[in-house]
Amino acid sequence: MKRTIPLIIASVTGFVLVGTFFIPYTRDWGDEVLEWFNILAAIAFILGGGNLMKLSLQKISYKRPGWGYAAVTIIAFIATLVIGLGKFGVAPVKEYPTYSLAGPYDEQGSGFWWIFEYVYYPLAATMFSLLAFFIASAAFRAFRAKNVEATILLSTAFIVLLGRTYAGVFLTSWLPDDNVLRLDNMTEWIMNNMNTAGMRAITIGIALGIMSTSLKVLLGVDRSYIGTDDG
Amino acid sequence: MRAFLENLDRRWIFLLVLIAVSTPILLKLTFPEAPSKQVRTVFSAIDDLDDGSRVLIALDYDPSSKGELEPMASAFTRQCALKKHKLYFMTLWPQGTPMVNQAIDILKNEFPDYEYGTDYVNLGYQTGGEAVIKKLASDLHGTFNVDANNEILKNIPMTQNLKNVRDMDLIVNVSAGDPGTKQWVLFISTPHNIKTVAGVTGVTAPTLYAYIPRQLSGILGAIKAAAEYEYLLIQNYPELKENPKAKEGLRRMGPQLVAHVLIIVLIIIGNIIFFTGRRQGTSV
Amino acid sequence: MKQSTLIWIVIVVLSGGFLAWRTAQTGMGRAYVEAETVIAESGETWTIEKTADAKNARSFNPTTESEAIVKLSWPRTIGVWCAAALTIAIFSFLWGDNPFYKLAEAIFVGVSAAYAMVVGFWTMIVNKLFLHLFPQFVVDNILPNLKGADGSYPDVKYLYLVPLVLGVMLLMRLAPQGGWISRWPLAFFIGATAGLRLVHYFQADFVSQIQATIIPLVVLTEQTTMENVSASIRNITLVVGVMTSLVYFFFSWEHVGVVHRISRVGIWVLMITFGASFGYTVMGRVALLAQRLEFLFDDWLWIIDPASRRLIGG
Repeated sequence: MKRTIPLIIASVTGFVLVGTFFIPYTRDWGDEVLEWFNILAAIAFILGGGNLMKLSLQKISYKRPGWGYAAVTIIAFIATLVIGLGKFGVAPVKEYPTYSLAGPYDEQGSGFWWIFEYVYYPLAATMFSLLAFFIASAAFRAFRAKNVEATILLSTAFIVLLGRTYAGVFLTSWLPDDNVLRLDNMTEWIMNNMNTAGMRAITIGIALGIMSTSLKVLLGVDRSYIGTDDG
Repeated sequence: MRAFLENLDRRWIFLLVLIAVSTPILLKLTFPEAPSKQVRTVFSAIDDLDDGSRVLIALDYDPSSKGELEPMASAFTRQCALKKHKLYFMTLWPQGTPMVNQAIDILKNEFPDYEYGTDYVNLGYQTGGEAVIKKLASDLHGTFNVDANNEILKNIPMTQNLKNVRDMDLIVNVSAGDPGTKQWVLFISTPHNIKTVAGVTGVTAPTLYAYIPRQLSGILGAIKAAAEYEYLLIQNYPELKENPKAKEGLRRMGPQLVAHVLIIVLIIIGNIIFFTGRRQGTSV
Repeated sequence: MKQSTLIWIVIVVLSGGFLAWRTAQTGMGRAYVEAETVIAESGETWTIEKTADAKNARSFNPTTESEAIVKLSWPRTIGVWCAAALTIAIFSFLWGDNPFYKLAEAIFVGVSAAYAMVVGFWTMIVNKLFLHLFPQFVVDNILPNLKGADGSYPDVKYLYLVPLVLGVMLLMRLAPQGGWISRWPLAFFIGATAGLRLVHYFQADFVSQIQATIIPLVVLTEQTTMENVSASIRNITLVVGVMTSLVYFFFSWEHVGVVHRISRVGIWVLMITFGASFGYTVMGRVALLAQRLEFLFDDWLWIIDPASRRLIGG
């Protein structure tokens, strides 16, 4: 029961969705499965939040290193959750002024909007912008023309880096507009031909991998997702 | 000198990057743009549609890539509004709803004649990623039963008679990854042959070239393409010339140029250290 | 006192002094809103506030011709300062790991998880799951638009009990015992994903990609000879590039002799691809950094005004 039923569920669900592609009459079944999938995806967010709470609370109760930051995480989590679920600061809808929960949860001026605009947004955007610094440092320390392959990679990166700014146009402006040796044209040629070729091969390879993995799951050959423990 | 550079604290490099990016911003450096063929293809895909065509604009990104993608989303929205297309906004990213709201703010502020429900609608967000896209192909009302304002889709004039996403004339996707352009290609444009264009981040752009031109009509890759697109838009619609908000991408090409040159210089210096070290037998 | 501590104290004092001086001089970091009064049919009134440009506020710009009521917003002004502080806290990681960065990181983790949860709750759990299982409650409290003209409620759809049950089983993963029950919804997820991907990857990423590579190696059209030659070179490059790269990925044959030579060309093609990806990645990251610095210089410090919101530049 612990292992057989999950296998059957995975197999039936998968084959229903495969079937909708070939048998139009089964489309409604497929739509129903997708609806359940989408709802479960929302419940997975709750699982994610619950798991974060569980781990953070464990960290605090065992006083592990950094438990103070775990407490900050919990406070930030609960504050966002309460403000978002309570729709604090959301104005009523004009047609239904007595319905306090009828307005959109992310309405401009609401508490949830404030958290996004002034807390989440600067944190997320700045976190990713840090990579600009690290990529420059890595370029200085690790990007070496050690052999033919690395030299090809490096040369292409040079052309693309220059060709995708005005520097490329400026440096080769003495060449006619449609000359392929102009850095901007060369970049476009590389992207449309060499890059397309390489990416197409990679895409085909990944597709084969995904198809075989999917088929193994549907046929019950790959059971790794069930786990091995009895817990 | 070589020893100094070899053991250089990486914080000096960070400082150089900071100066390289902030100086052009403070000096308001901008450069002329020449739209590439790829950018012109995307522009034509929207511009060649008959006025009032149905366009689905899926903004599948969040603040972590807003710097790159917002100029594209804004340019697409402005172009579609100038062409009087009917716009259907949606997102597959939980943090994407404010991105959609920002695009809609453009319509509210710059196109006051555009009316909600008859000219544009915000379908909002759904969890599920690729499953949402797959379901949209067969049932719009089953996927989004209400819009972002909690209004039932059957009561909204521009959605009440729509069956599914196949009723769209064009799909415009602005995407930062998964779910995004790849999933729209897999589940909509390839099986249902619906014309699709995309604006994507620099990281994902190269991976999507394999789909051009059959499965994707064209893509805008990273901020450079956004700047070229804005330039093309202003060329074709001179009323945008005096709108500073329509030049966000163009503005960002100043820091881009200086930072690119800096990185090239850093790579060259790094290699000089490497080769001189190898000659002397001290570097690995 | 250590020398570095002294340096930091001097930097912090100087920065604080600069900020205080600049705030007094320019009023930097302030946010403005346009207030709009909403009057419901029942006669109730309330105010909603929308972001506005400072140049339209009389308190900021007495010469403004705007008729709208634009005023200073304290919550949003505090927000701008909070955003600036968090931005700098994240940037501080560049100096080294420190408590300010760790604090910002901890807030980020908590807010992100709760944000996704709230969005998922309102859009799917309420608007879909609860609506179809408890329509009267949801319509009477959250979605009044869904009430029929005759006062009827949407029908109960019992099939939605399936995702509800699977959802509860999924949450059992958090319980100390009985975690195995979550394998059922997990199997549903895995099965659905496998079913979705099997066919669509085959169609879009396998068949269509091969189809797009079956192209004429010698192009003979009505275009000029030069254009035909150029198109032929393009097609040959594409076909040879795909074939050689695929050979490199083919590990069932030992890469010796001809196979080795072909796969070596494949590696070169892939290196060009990765080089292009590197260039594009750099471009992307720099754009993100430029946007954050623009926020600091524009919204917070008011040094630049690219969108002409304060009439001091643009």
